Amino acid sequence: MHDVAIIGVGLHPFGRFGDKSAIDMGADAIRAACSDAGLQWKDVQFAFGGSFEVDNPDAVVGRVGMTGIPFTDVYNGCATAGAALELTADAIRFGKYDIGVAVGMDKHPAGAFTSDPDYYGAPSWYGEVGHFLTTKFFAMKINRYMHDHGISHQSLARVAAKNFRNGVLNPNAFRRKPISEDDILSSMMLNYPLTQYMFCSPDEGAAAVVLCRADIAHKYTSTPIYLRATALRTRAYGAYEVHSSWSAVEQDPATTVYASKAAYEMAGIGPEDVDVVQLQDTDSGAEIIHMAENGFCADGEQERMLADGETEIGGRLPVNTDGGLIANGEPIGASGLRQIHELVRQLRGEAGDRQVPGDPKVGFAQLYGAPGTAAVSIVST
Amino acid sequence: MNRVPFAPGVFTWPAEEPQLIGGRCGSCAAVAFPVAPSCPRCGATEIAEHRLPRRGRLWTWTTQSFLPKEPYAGGETPETFRPYGVGVVELGDEVRVEGRLTVADPEQLEIGMEMEVVAVPFRTDGGVDGEVDSEVMVFAFAPIASGKSDSREGV
Repeated sequence: MHDVAIIGVGLHPFGRFGDKSAIDMGADAIRAACSDAGLQWKDVQFAFGGSFEVDNPDAVVGRVGMTGIPFTDVYNGCATAGAALELTADAIRFGKYDIGVAVGMDKHPAGAFTSDPDYYGAPSWYGEVGHFLTTKFFAMKINRYMHDHGISHQSLARVAAKNFRNGVLNPNAFRRKPISEDDILSSMMLNYPLTQYMFCSPDEGAAAVVLCRADIAHKYTSTPIYLRATALRTRAYGAYEVHSSWSAVEQDPATTVYASKAAYEMAGIGPEDVDVVQLQDTDSGAEIIHMAENGFCADGEQERMLADGETEIGGRLPVNTDGGLIANGEPIGASGLRQIHELVRQLRGEAGDRQVPGDPKVGFAQLYGAPGTAAVSIVST
Repeated sequence: MNRVPFAPGVFTWPAEEPQLIGGRCGSCAAVAFPVAPSCPRCGATEIAEHRLPRRGRLWTWTTQSFLPKEPYAGGETPETFRPYGVGVVELGDEVRVEGRLTVADPEQLEIGMEMEVVAVPFRTDGGVDGEVDSEVMVFAFAPIASGKSDSREGV
């Protein structure tokens, strides 16, 4: 099996962009990634593209060049970009191709995501009576977690305030204003204990990465970043996951626990080796829970870590250095490749005002989404 | 007023003491809610209807403080919408079920409190010429007044 290197990353900023289509944003991200890799679209042998709103991300070839390459479209909820990245990497690992692109793009209407519960295997009445809301699930999960592990409302505010602060330092972020912990706590309660400013918003944007066989990476760049592991997992029986009218009493760990464990094993890297972290912060509670589910701390330890600033850019374990979903919003298909973009910038030392000090060498990214699917990627210099 | 259940086969109603109707796997005995065509644990397709215990403890909860988008069909407008409680209740030791709560005030909700299944009005449907003719009933969980409960340790 071949090792895989990331030789180019490209991002269309996240936010709101009027009439500009998701396809056009995807094309911008691909051009930026190819330019970053020092190659041209015609050099790319294959691609995987992910989106929620766009039926056929492969339509982007009409913008970047109709070279006839295989371009496969994928969707796995909020873990879509993890699927696109893993499949692109696998095609190189198993020797089918040498150079490929993973791209994600989306353009969502405002407000919480919705869909037909039928598509998730949930009964139709589940939506009609008002249960088919991801925000409600995250609120119930963190409410139980706070009860069991002594996490305070202040910690929820600390996470959101940190991510807004990091967003100020990121020119590509959607939210670029700092918001105080008091303003976060006193903003409108959407789903107790989560207030408006503790949630990310669906928005628009695109991201792309160029991957190649590691042994040819130096033809394109002097700073290849190696993709050490990718893992995607669906929920196991007994896990408490989103969009379910019930769950089993015999409780099983969340799907993220399995995905991260598999990724650590594949990489031969443990959580103690990680220098910079990107977590799915659909809301500030999710970031707190995901710190433990990915092995970065014991349950409950987050309370002290956040109070001590350990997850700040200058802290022991910087989390969501580009502002995460809370400051960037979530264009579903692109979100996970934004995480990879940020890790690559950090590991190359190109992250500007938000650069993690001390020459970070290992990066970790995690996605979680409906109906209980997680994806984890580990990169290193 | 005419009262109708919100969906068929989900709870026993009308009844003095309504029960949720789950499914029990004929192969591995896993219980799920509502009845599904196959077992979520082992995939077997022999599923029998199974009435769930009426009482249990609140495992977690939240409030729904904004009007959900479609497919929500509560019939409110942003002006008339009132927040509702949502919770997961561990019924007996069989299964955890998500449902509306009769209480939406965080001050009155506590993890571990005893709850029971009740039927509550969800929406009124206008009949001919806009005349109100039926009230749609949904299952919900209501706190059991302390003292009346058959208590069980822990959740």
